[in-house]
Amino acid sequence: MYFGLSEEQNMLRETVARFLEDHASLDVVRAYAQGEAHLAEALSEGLSQLGVSQLVLPEADGGAGLGLLEAALVQQELGKCVAPVAFMAQAVLAPLVLREIEDQTMRQHHIAQFMAGKKYGVALTEAVAARENGAVLVDNGRLSGRLNFVLDAAHADYLLIPLLSHRASDSQSDAEFDAGFDDGSTSHEWACVAIASGRVEALKTIDRTRPFHVYHFDQAECTVVRSKASAGRIIDAARILIAADSFGAAEEMLARAVAYAQERQQFGRAIGSFQAVKHLCAEMAANLEPVRALLWYAAYAFDAVPDEAPLMSRLLKARMSEIGRDIARGTTEVHGGMGFTDLLGLHFWFKRIGVNRQLLGGPEHVRAEAAHAQGWGMQRPAL
Amino acid sequence: MNLELSEEYVAFRAEVSDFLTQYKDEAPAPRDPNFRSPKRLAWQKRLIEHGYAARTIPQAYGGFGASPDPLKSRIIAEEFARAQIPGGLAGQGISMLVPTLLELGTEEQKQSYIAPTLHGEMVWCQGYSEPGAGSDLASLRTAAVVDGDDFVINGQKIWTSTAQYADMMFCLVRTEPDAPKHQGISYLLFSMDTPGIDVRPLMTMTGRAEFNEVFFTDVRVPTSQIVGQRGDGWKVANATLTHERGMLGDPDAALNRFNAIVALMENETINGRRLIDDPIFVDRLIDLQSQIYAMKFNGMRLTSAAAHRHSAGMAGLIVKLQGCELNHQLAALAIDVMGEYGTLYEDSPLLRDGGLWQTHYMFDLGLIIGGGSAQIQKNIISERGLGMPREPKPASKPV
Repeated sequence: MYFGLSEEQNMLRETVARFLEDHASLDVVRAYAQGEAHLAEALSEGLSQLGVSQLVLPEADGGAGLGLLEAALVQQELGKCVAPVAFMAQAVLAPLVLREIEDQTMRQHHIAQFMAGKKYGVALTEAVAARENGAVLVDNGRLSGRLNFVLDAAHADYLLIPLLSHRASDSQSDAEFDAGFDDGSTSHEWACVAIASGRVEALKTIDRTRPFHVYHFDQAECTVVRSKASAGRIIDAARILIAADSFGAAEEMLARAVAYAQERQQFGRAIGSFQAVKHLCAEMAANLEPVRALLWYAAYAFDAVPDEAPLMSRLLKARMSEIGRDIARGTTEVHGGMGFTDLLGLHFWFKRIGVNRQLLGGPEHVRAEAAHAQGWGMQRPAL
Repeated sequence: MNLELSEEYVAFRAEVSDFLTQYKDEAPAPRDPNFRSPKRLAWQKRLIEHGYAARTIPQAYGGFGASPDPLKSRIIAEEFARAQIPGGLAGQGISMLVPTLLELGTEEQKQSYIAPTLHGEMVWCQGYSEPGAGSDLASLRTAAVVDGDDFVINGQKIWTSTAQYADMMFCLVRTEPDAPKHQGISYLLFSMDTPGIDVRPLMTMTGRAEFNEVFFTDVRVPTSQIVGQRGDGWKVANATLTHERGMLGDPDAALNRFNAIVALMENETINGRRLIDDPIFVDRLIDLQSQIYAMKFNGMRLTSAAAHRHSAGMAGLIVKLQGCELNHQLAALAIDVMGEYGTLYEDSPLLRDGGLWQTHYMFDLGLIIGGGSAQIQKNIISERGLGMPREPKPASKPV
């Protein structure tokens, strides 16, 4: 028994870290955020050459045959550098769906396309909480509807969308949707649609290191596949990766705050020698460190103890969201006025953590799901 | 990550479990307040014989003599907890004095004290804190002056748990009043029956006397009763403080407490609704659950790090601070879900769970303060864990 990272896992982490250090400096992030979108492609391309984009595909398919823990370690490094890389959806979530497609012909077709460089985005928001009529319907091989808040689908060729049949109509009230918790989680049907056949609107979040879009489809041609990976399972994976991203970002913010506190002099001494500052840093570190073990376990459990993944991914997402907010705020405060400026760029991490907190359910929502899954909390009103 | 137990450990777990099945009738009741009852002492002897207590202490000193294996120790703790059967005796003698003597005691001290301590025949209390020396322990003033072959001790200790039952005390005293404060301390061992020792119970906010004050008036202790050299007491004591901090944050204890709250919330109803269905309380409950699992896995990480003899750095430094705080928050939630009934205490009508949540809530505040207060923990985390500068302090001067 060993609870910790293996040598290979540490090596993977270090390889990615080294690559990002060379290619994803804050200057690169800043340039991307100011509109130089091509920089993201170059980064993805470079990471691809390290083999991380086929991480979770079986070796028989040409992948690395690794698990979600390895993917989470990569994501953690991306978060640490606030790197503008479409890794989560395109390199992990989509292959997790594709590798489990039940129909072998369909599976081979999609895996071959994926390996040939076709990019798949994944639209999950509606499976967690639908609003603004976010939902799609498939009728006779044609897909119509609207998808909100789709992460990382820029430059993708296809979009994978879990089909939530019982949510197909607009007649349900928001309250019914909101009370629905993991209603969509048992859906195994995924629609695959060419992004070019839809209309796209770019969202502007506070986080300019990652693109978010709204997609509209009207009678777009699509295929529907059944995958052993349900919407719920892919949401579990996504939440673990989002937490890993925030963990990396929070870790980096804390390291920067500690370094700044050693450097910055006031009243004739480094501000890091004042207990007001030290204790703030100690509290952040004390809250963050145990989440590293929770992150490792949740990601490990996703593959090794799948029954525990729904609870662990939710506990992780909720806890990381809470301490992420505290650390984003506390480390900015340690930097004083400089933390508030654009000069240091600390806000890129602050905003990334801010968006991650809300993605696929804020902590209150995720905790309510966790309660529900354990038979606690208000029972969902009958629909 | 590999959470499968290898064959050796699977077999070891089975062995512990078989032992518990075979001998469970010999076990004393859980939470038996009399830790000197013949049944308790016989059980301790049985546990040592099988290596479930004093496991890594050499046989020459009355232990079982196994080489350290953190994973096996963990398995023992888990199996005893699962069976709800009391494990080996704990207490400051076993957890703090014995490791200190093994490291720094003379052969004669080891021979005289370790075996009876392990067997529960010799109970110890710790004489460290003083009214004027809490977090700044090194400023302690209880004086020991050499007179012939004896030290003569005068002064006062406080927060001395079990002093009223203890046979012996391990005690920090100032022997070199002119030396810098960390270099003038010595570590002495003496009987609590020595003339001139006065133990007075210290009533706390819980309404019980969990601690004592101990007064010394011309207490004569042979100079041979020192551990380490004169003036080295600070170093000797620090070896044991590390043991104490490790002891105060057992993740399984938090998980057990969590399960007890769940049972409470599932069974209690207000206005016909189970407390566990209240969305606000359940939100707090799950928030704590996320922290409990984080600490549980942090603990597993520490066990693995110890087994592979590498340092887990920050993961170890935070255990006392986080563990005590988490336990306190759990007790706070249990009180809040009960509302007015949560304030009931002692033997009141309508009392729930024997009033234990209020006891926990108050006593745990004591644990947050004691054994290195939360504020001292934050100094340690920031200085040793994050490498932040120490608070500048005036040059050390004699106390």
